[in-house]
Amino acid sequence: MIRKFLFLLLLLVLETSVAAAQDAVTLTYLVDDTQNSQDTAQALADAYMAEHPNVTITIETRPGGTEGDNIVKTRLATGDMTDIFFYNSGSLLQALNPAQTLVDLSDQPFIENIVESFLPTVSQDGQIFGVPTGTAMGGGILYNRNIYEELGLSVPLTWAEFEANNAAILEAGIPPVLATFGDTWTSQLFVLADYYNVEQAVPGFADAYTANEAKYATTPAALAGFTYLQEGYEQGWWQPDYATTRFEQGLALLANGEVAHYPMLTFALSTIAANFPDQVNDIGFFAQPGTDAEANGATIWMPAATYIPQTTQGAKLEVALDFLGFIASVEGVDAITAAVAPNGPYLIVGSTLPDTVLPAVQDLAAYIDSGNSYPALEFLSPIKGPNLEQICVAVGTGQMSAEEAAASYDLDVERQAQQLGLPGWD
Amino acid sequence: MTVRKFIVSVWLDVTALIIIGTIFVVPFMFIFLTAAKTGPEAALFQFTWPSQFQFFENLREVLEFGDRRMLLALWNSTILTVGSVTLIVLLSALVAFVMQRRRDRMASVVNSIMLAGLIIPPAVVPTIFVLQQVGLYKTLIGLILVEVAFTMPFATLIFRTFMASIPGEIDEAAIIDGASPLQVFFSVILPLLRPAIVTVIVVSSVAIYNDFTGPLYFLPGGQNVTAQLTLYSFISQFSSRWHLLFADVVIITIPPLIMFMFFQRQIVSGMTAGAIKG
Amino acid sequence: MKSNSRPRTILRTYPYWFYLPAALVFGVFFVVPTMLAFYFSLTRWTLFDATFIGLDNYERFLNDPQLMAGLRNTFIYAVITSGLKVIISLPLAMLLTSSLRLKGLLRGIIFFPVLVSTVAVGITFASLMQPSVGLINTVLGALGLPRPDWLGNPGLALYSVALVDVWKGIGIATVIFIAGILSIPLDFFEAARLEGETWVKFRYVILPLARNATFTVILLSFIGGLRTFDLIWTMTRGGPGFASDVLTSVIYKQYQAGFYGLSVAGNVVLFILVTIIVYPLMRFFNRAELEL
Repeated sequence: MIRKFLFLLLLLVLETSVAAAQDAVTLTYLVDDTQNSQDTAQALADAYMAEHPNVTITIETRPGGTEGDNIVKTRLATGDMTDIFFYNSGSLLQALNPAQTLVDLSDQPFIENIVESFLPTVSQDGQIFGVPTGTAMGGGILYNRNIYEELGLSVPLTWAEFEANNAAILEAGIPPVLATFGDTWTSQLFVLADYYNVEQAVPGFADAYTANEAKYATTPAALAGFTYLQEGYEQGWWQPDYATTRFEQGLALLANGEVAHYPMLTFALSTIAANFPDQVNDIGFFAQPGTDAEANGATIWMPAATYIPQTTQGAKLEVALDFLGFIASVEGVDAITAAVAPNGPYLIVGSTLPDTVLPAVQDLAAYIDSGNSYPALEFLSPIKGPNLEQICVAVGTGQMSAEEAAASYDLDVERQAQQLGLPGWD
Repeated sequence: MTVRKFIVSVWLDVTALIIIGTIFVVPFMFIFLTAAKTGPEAALFQFTWPSQFQFFENLREVLEFGDRRMLLALWNSTILTVGSVTLIVLLSALVAFVMQRRRDRMASVVNSIMLAGLIIPPAVVPTIFVLQQVGLYKTLIGLILVEVAFTMPFATLIFRTFMASIPGEIDEAAIIDGASPLQVFFSVILPLLRPAIVTVIVVSSVAIYNDFTGPLYFLPGGQNVTAQLTLYSFISQFSSRWHLLFADVVIITIPPLIMFMFFQRQIVSGMTAGAIKG
Repeated sequence: MKSNSRPRTILRTYPYWFYLPAALVFGVFFVVPTMLAFYFSLTRWTLFDATFIGLDNYERFLNDPQLMAGLRNTFIYAVITSGLKVIISLPLAMLLTSSLRLKGLLRGIIFFPVLVSTVAVGITFASLMQPSVGLINTVLGALGLPRPDWLGNPGLALYSVALVDVWKGIGIATVIFIAGILSIPLDFFEAARLEGETWVKFRYVILPLARNATFTVILLSFIGGLRTFDLIWTMTRGGPGFASDVLTSVIYKQYQAGFYGLSVAGNVVLFILVTIIVYPLMRFFNRAELEL
C-alpha cells in the first residue's frame, strides 16, 4: 500500500517535472562580438534547441577587450546579467568575484567530462564556475607559408633567427610583422605569448609575481616581450598604417600575403577560414621564439567558458545547467566543430579533432603533443593589469621604451592586485 | 553699382560658398555616399558616386539588425528626450520664477549654485553609486533624472533672464483676483514664458538626444540602447561594414536635421543666449 | 501697514517650495555625487565597499607619467580649440555680416555641425583622416603635399581631434560673434567708413566692441575643451597608446578598469582644474557675462 502510494507520488513528481521541462524557456546568452565566439555560441544554441524544442536560446553580443570586461563586471555587480554568458577563464574571471556572483557547478555530473587541467582556471575558493566553450588556443606567430616558401625561409627557433627572417622579408619589400593597434587588445601578444620562454628562464615566475616578489621591470626574461615591441617599431617591421589598422583588416593582409607574420592567438584562424577559405591553408603557426633553440615551445590559452550568474533561477537555472552539460559533452563539441574550424584541442574528455584540421592547428598540436607547451600567465595568476594593451601600443608606436613600459605595467599590476585585495600588496 | 563692383561682390559670394561648402558640406556628402555603397566599395573610403546605389537597402538592414535594436534605440532616445525636456522646463521655470521675483539672499545663493552647475563637470562614478543606492541605475528614469540635473542650470538661467522682462504687476493682479501661486505660475507665467520655453526645449532636446557620455555611463546593457550608443557599439560590430555604420550615421542625423529646418532661428538665438553652457 | 503687507504677499505668491522639486533632483543627482567624489577619491573603492587610503590615489595620479600626460593634454586641447575658434570665427562673422548675398545660407551651413551627434562626427572624420585611402590625404597627395597619419601618429593625434572639434564648434562661436557685431551701433561703422579701410573697421571698431563676444567665445570653448570626451573617445580612445588621453578619457579608462577610487580622484582633479582656471577667467571677463 505504502509502496503503491510512493510509486504514485513518484509518478506525480515525474509528471510535473516533465511538464515543467516542457514549458517554454528562453535563455539569453551573452558572448563577445568576435566572429569566432558568435559562431560557436550560435552552433551550440542551434544544436541544443534542435533537441529541446521548448527552449529558445538567443545570443546577445558585447564588445571585447577592456570595454567588454567592464560591461560584464557591471552587469554582474548590478544583478543584470543575461541567463548564461561566455567569458574568459583565468585572471579575468577572478576579477569578476565569481564566488559571490556565479553559480557553483562542482556538484554537477558533467564536471567529470572536463579535462582536469582546465578546472583551476574557472575555480575560486574550491568552487567551479564554468565549462570550457570552444578550443584551447596557442598564442604565438601566425605566418604566411607562401612567403616563407618563396624566400626559402624556415621556422625560427630563436629570436635571432626570427630577426634574420624579418630582415630577409623586409628586403623582399614585404612588411614582416602585422600590427593592428586600431584594436588595442591585439598589441599584447609579443608580451603575453612570451610566457613559455619566461617560464623556461625563471621557473615559477607566476607564483613569485602573484606574491609581489617578481617584477616585469627587474626580470630580464619578462622584460623581453616589451623589448620585442620596441624592436619591431625601431626596425620598421610593421606594415603601413599600423597605428589605426583594425583586427579584421589585418587578417585580410595576412591571408593575402601582404604581411608575413602576425603575433596572435590561433582563434583568429576560424575568422580567416570564414572570410578567406581559399587562403587559410597558407597560414601556419609557430611558437614565439626565445633565446634557446633547445627550449622552444608554445604558450597556451585555455578556452573561454560559459557561466551562470546567481541571478538565474528556477526553470531557467535548470535549463541553463542542462545546456552547460551539453556544452561539456562530445555532442556539444561536435556541434561546434561542424560550424567553426577548430583552433586547437578541445578540453572535453573523449572529444577528437576532425582529420582535416587547418595546417596552423596541426602546427600547434605538434607543440602540445611533444610536451612543449605551457599556459599563459593569466591562467596561472589572478592578476592581469588592465592597461597592458595601451602600454603595448605606446611601445609599439615608439612613445615608450621597453623599460618604461615594464615599470609602468608593474604599477598597473600593483593597482589591480590591491583592488582585488590580494595578500602581500599593501 | 559699377560692373566691376558687381563682379567683385559676386566673386566674393562664390569664393565664400566654395570654401565654406567644401569644408562643411563635403563631410556630409561623404556620409551619404558611403551609406549608399556596397560593403566592399564603402571600405575604400573614396569620395565617389556609388557604383551600385543601395541607400535604402542599407537603411533597412541597419533598422532590422539584431532584432531591430535600432528601432528600440530610437524609441528609448525619444522617451529620454521628451521625458527629460518636460521635467527640465517645469522644474527650471519654477526655480527661475521664484528666484527672479524674490531677489533675496536665498535667490542669490540659488543663482550661484546654478552658475557652478554650469561649470563644474559631473562626478560620473559617484553618480552611478547614487543611482544604484536609489535603485535607478540602468533605468531610463534614472538617466532622465540625471539629464535633468545636468541641464537644469542652463535652463534656469535662460528662464531667469527672460522672466525679468515680465512685469511683476501681472502676478500681483492675478493674486488679487484670488489665484493661488500655482495658478499664477501655470496660467499666467508659463504662457508668457513661451519664447524662452521654445528655446529651452530646442536646445536641451538637441543636447540630450546627442548625449553620449550619459547613456555610456548610466545606461549600460543590451535592452537600454539609445541612438548614440548604437553608433558606438556598431563601431566594433560593423568593424568592416562601413556602409552600415554610415547608414546608421544618416539615421541618427535625421532628427537634428528636422529640428534645424524648423527651428533654426530659435536654436541660434538660444545657443547664443545660453552660450555659457557650451 | 501697506509696506508690511507687500512682502507678505510676495512670500505667499513666490513660495520657497517651488524650489523643492528642482532642489531634490539637482541635489540628489548632482550635488550629492559631487560631494561624495571628494570622499571616494580618498578610498580604494569597489562600488560596494571603500577602504580609506588617504591621498594615495592623488599621489598615484601625480606620479604616473601617463595620467599626468592626460592632464597636460587636457590643457593643450582647451587652449588650441578655444584659440582657433576665436581666430577663425571672428573673420568668419565679419564676412557673414557683410553685404554677402548668401550669408543666410552660409550661416546655416556653418552652424549645422553644432547639432550633429559628436559620435557621428567622430566616425566620419576618422574615415576622412585614414592615412592611405582617406579623402583628406587623397586631396593632399593630389596637391603634392605631405600626407600625415592624422590619428595614428602619436605626436599628431591630439591636434587632429582638436581640429575636428573646431570644425564642429565653429558655428556657435561664429553665431556669438555675429550677435556681438550686430549689436554695434551703425554710427561707429559710418565713422570708420570715412577712413575707408576694412582693416580700420576691424581694428578700431569691431575688435574693441566685440570684446565681450570674444570673452564669451573663449570662456565657452575653454570650458568645453577641458570637459571634452565624446570626440576623443570615438576618434582615438586616447590613443595611440596614451598619446591623446585627456582627463575625461583617463577617468573613463580607470572606471573601465575597475579602479573606481582612482577614477574619482581624476574627476576631482578635473573639478579643481576647471574651477581654478574658469573662475578667475569669469571674474576677469565679468563684463562679457553681463552681456549675456
